[in-house]
Amino acid sequence: MKPIPFFVAASLLALASPALADTIRVEPGADAQSRLQSALIDAKPGDIVEIGAGRFDLTDGLSLDVDRVTVRGAGPSATILSFKGQKGAGEGLLVTADDVVLRGFAVEDSRGDGIKSKGANRIVYHDLRVEWTGGPKASNGAYGVYPVESSDILIDKVTVKGASDAGIYVGQSKNIIVRNSLAMFNVAGIEIENCYGADVYQNVATHNAGGILVFDLPNLPQKGGHSVRIFSNRSERNDTPNFAPKGNIVAGVPNGTGVIIMANRDVHVFNNILGENGSTNIFIVGYRNSFTDTGYNPLPANVVIGGNMHGRAGYAPGPQFEGGAEMLAAMGSVPPIVWDGTGSNIRVTDKVPTLSLGLTDPKARATSANPAVVDLSQGAEPAMLAPIVLPQSMEAAIR
Amino acid sequence: MMRAFAALAAWGLLVSASPPIPVDDALITGDTLPARLGEFHLLAGPYGQKPNAGVTPYRLNTPLFSDYAEKFRYFYVPPGKKIGWRDDGVLDFPVGSVLVKSFGYPIDMRAPTKGLRILETRLLIHRTSGWIALPYVWNADGSEATLRRAGMRINVSWIHLDGKPRAISYAIPNVNQCKGCHDDGAGGISLIGPKAHNLNRDGQLEAALRAGRIDHLPADIPRLPVWDDPASASVALRARAYLEVNCAHCHNPKGPANTSGLWLNWEQGPGPNLGIYKRPTAAGRGSGNDEFAIDPGHPERSIMLYRMQSLDPGIAMPELGRASVHQEGVALLSQWIAAMPVQPANQP
Repeated sequence: MKPIPFFVAASLLALASPALADTIRVEPGADAQSRLQSALIDAKPGDIVEIGAGRFDLTDGLSLDVDRVTVRGAGPSATILSFKGQKGAGEGLLVTADDVVLRGFAVEDSRGDGIKSKGANRIVYHDLRVEWTGGPKASNGAYGVYPVESSDILIDKVTVKGASDAGIYVGQSKNIIVRNSLAMFNVAGIEIENCYGADVYQNVATHNAGGILVFDLPNLPQKGGHSVRIFSNRSERNDTPNFAPKGNIVAGVPNGTGVIIMANRDVHVFNNILGENGSTNIFIVGYRNSFTDTGYNPLPANVVIGGNMHGRAGYAPGPQFEGGAEMLAAMGSVPPIVWDGTGSNIRVTDKVPTLSLGLTDPKARATSANPAVVDLSQGAEPAMLAPIVLPQSMEAAIR
Repeated sequence: MMRAFAALAAWGLLVSASPPIPVDDALITGDTLPARLGEFHLLAGPYGQKPNAGVTPYRLNTPLFSDYAEKFRYFYVPPGKKIGWRDDGVLDFPVGSVLVKSFGYPIDMRAPTKGLRILETRLLIHRTSGWIALPYVWNADGSEATLRRAGMRINVSWIHLDGKPRAISYAIPNVNQCKGCHDDGAGGISLIGPKAHNLNRDGQLEAALRAGRIDHLPADIPRLPVWDDPASASVALRARAYLEVNCAHCHNPKGPANTSGLWLNWEQGPGPNLGIYKRPTAAGRGSGNDEFAIDPGHPERSIMLYRMQSLDPGIAMPELGRASVHQEGVALLSQWIAAMPVQPANQP
């Protein structure tokens, strides 16, 4: 076959694509629930569901189960999906299809999670706001944006306020980027849990109880979280008292913690600005609860901390921080970096003191601690972790 | 419920005078989404309470709780085809099969045959491309039901078993919510109810064999306990049957709630994944300030029971189709958890 000249091919494509993709417009008004949900059901792969400016008062959760659909609003302050009157469903919007793009709208006051996506590969969350408008309260939903069990996730320019667990939460997933986002007045600002491969950068986490968390938990289908880079973020002034319902792992996050690394391996934390965190700026710990999962490793390993700028920290350790008050009394303040002493290969080159609690078992109480300022800067420079690369289509979707 | 069913069946026999139009097999296996339920000719009569020839009523040992709605189930297998027997999981209904379920409320549950109003009829249709789920909503006089893929809410009231009036906002699910439960774990829709062990009652499997609608039956057919019949099994086994039917369509290792690590399917062994001393994963305020999904010996501090007793959409389990608390189900699970041995080593 003769090669088609490039400009002919390009114009053929330009002609072909509008016929393939439809735009379904939905405006605010009566029966918004039914009209918006119908659009999300009727959309064909490749279609755009365009939600007009204004307020949509919804009575039930919305859901999307069609691949390659873009849901686009007029902006996160213009298109508002309000779930204040929600009577059913565990989240505001649920996505269960691949290659979905969500952009330009807000989800407010959902009774459970804000936006959840499960088994939704190559999902893009861009230019969104999820907010509980009554401020931080235990009665708010758990997660703001909640992708889980998916590969290739991009969260970019997303604001979450008021989540009673984590604002931006990525669970049991692979190949993740969270960037340019703002998390405030949540229990945890950003949380990466039981994930393989994540880059978290250029985010702001402030006025949460804990800023940025990298956790691993037992008894789940995907565990053994690893390969996470936390860099060029600001995690400052996390001063909202922890308001998580007891029982949840984040209920143990000490008020005023910049970054927490729990039971993960290969976590690199660098070039962040951390400060005004009352408990400490960086906290490295093992999993403290008892467990019976024989395939679970409760200890941190290969954690690299370097190049971070530290402001004031440790001046008001939260009640969740066992031994914090005693350290404050003895030392005047808790050092900006605290390690429980468990796990292996913890390397810190930040120019601030690191306190080791000297525990050998993460379950041990602080009364058995043997706290000492330690130098963890020795040894060979560890290899860099490879940057996360997402499919080009995902970056193209938001350009 | 049984009496209501018998009365309807008798009524159906009386009015079957003119030769009925057969079930529309071409429509079932076609690629359209018919706007009216009547087009299929699966059901006839007001509110579709008379099944057409070949549309067979069936019952389950332990049914899903659906806000105390009366439910009428039928299956249809096209002529010349048979259901394939399966020891585990749901039976293998061939392409062209339809599972039909109608939901309604009587005026007074103490007299369930009187003034029954059917609200909706849901179809699960097996096409060559897979199963599809279609919810049809009945009009006020019961003359026709129309497709409502986006779902809707209907205010429903009745006199409850205790003689007191009840009113709920009854939710007819949208098609995504249908799939939310009927999830095959691979992007498609699957059946939930018609497993061999749940169908094994009243000789209905044997009747299906005699009618040539199932390929064979083994000598020893497993039987799921009847959740509310103490003669059928122990409290523990009836509780497990209740979880299997009401929770396990999501809470299984491949289901929509697999990432919680709480797996309540019949086959699940004891341990944290069954909820015993299992801490919440993503429960948020669903934890109710408690530590464990099941805290042995302590139903009052088990997250499972807290969520079953809540009507708040951010807390309530199951997430869909429950605008009332199933008091009898809560009582059974409470009894089960209260009798579990405490393991001090696992205490917080």
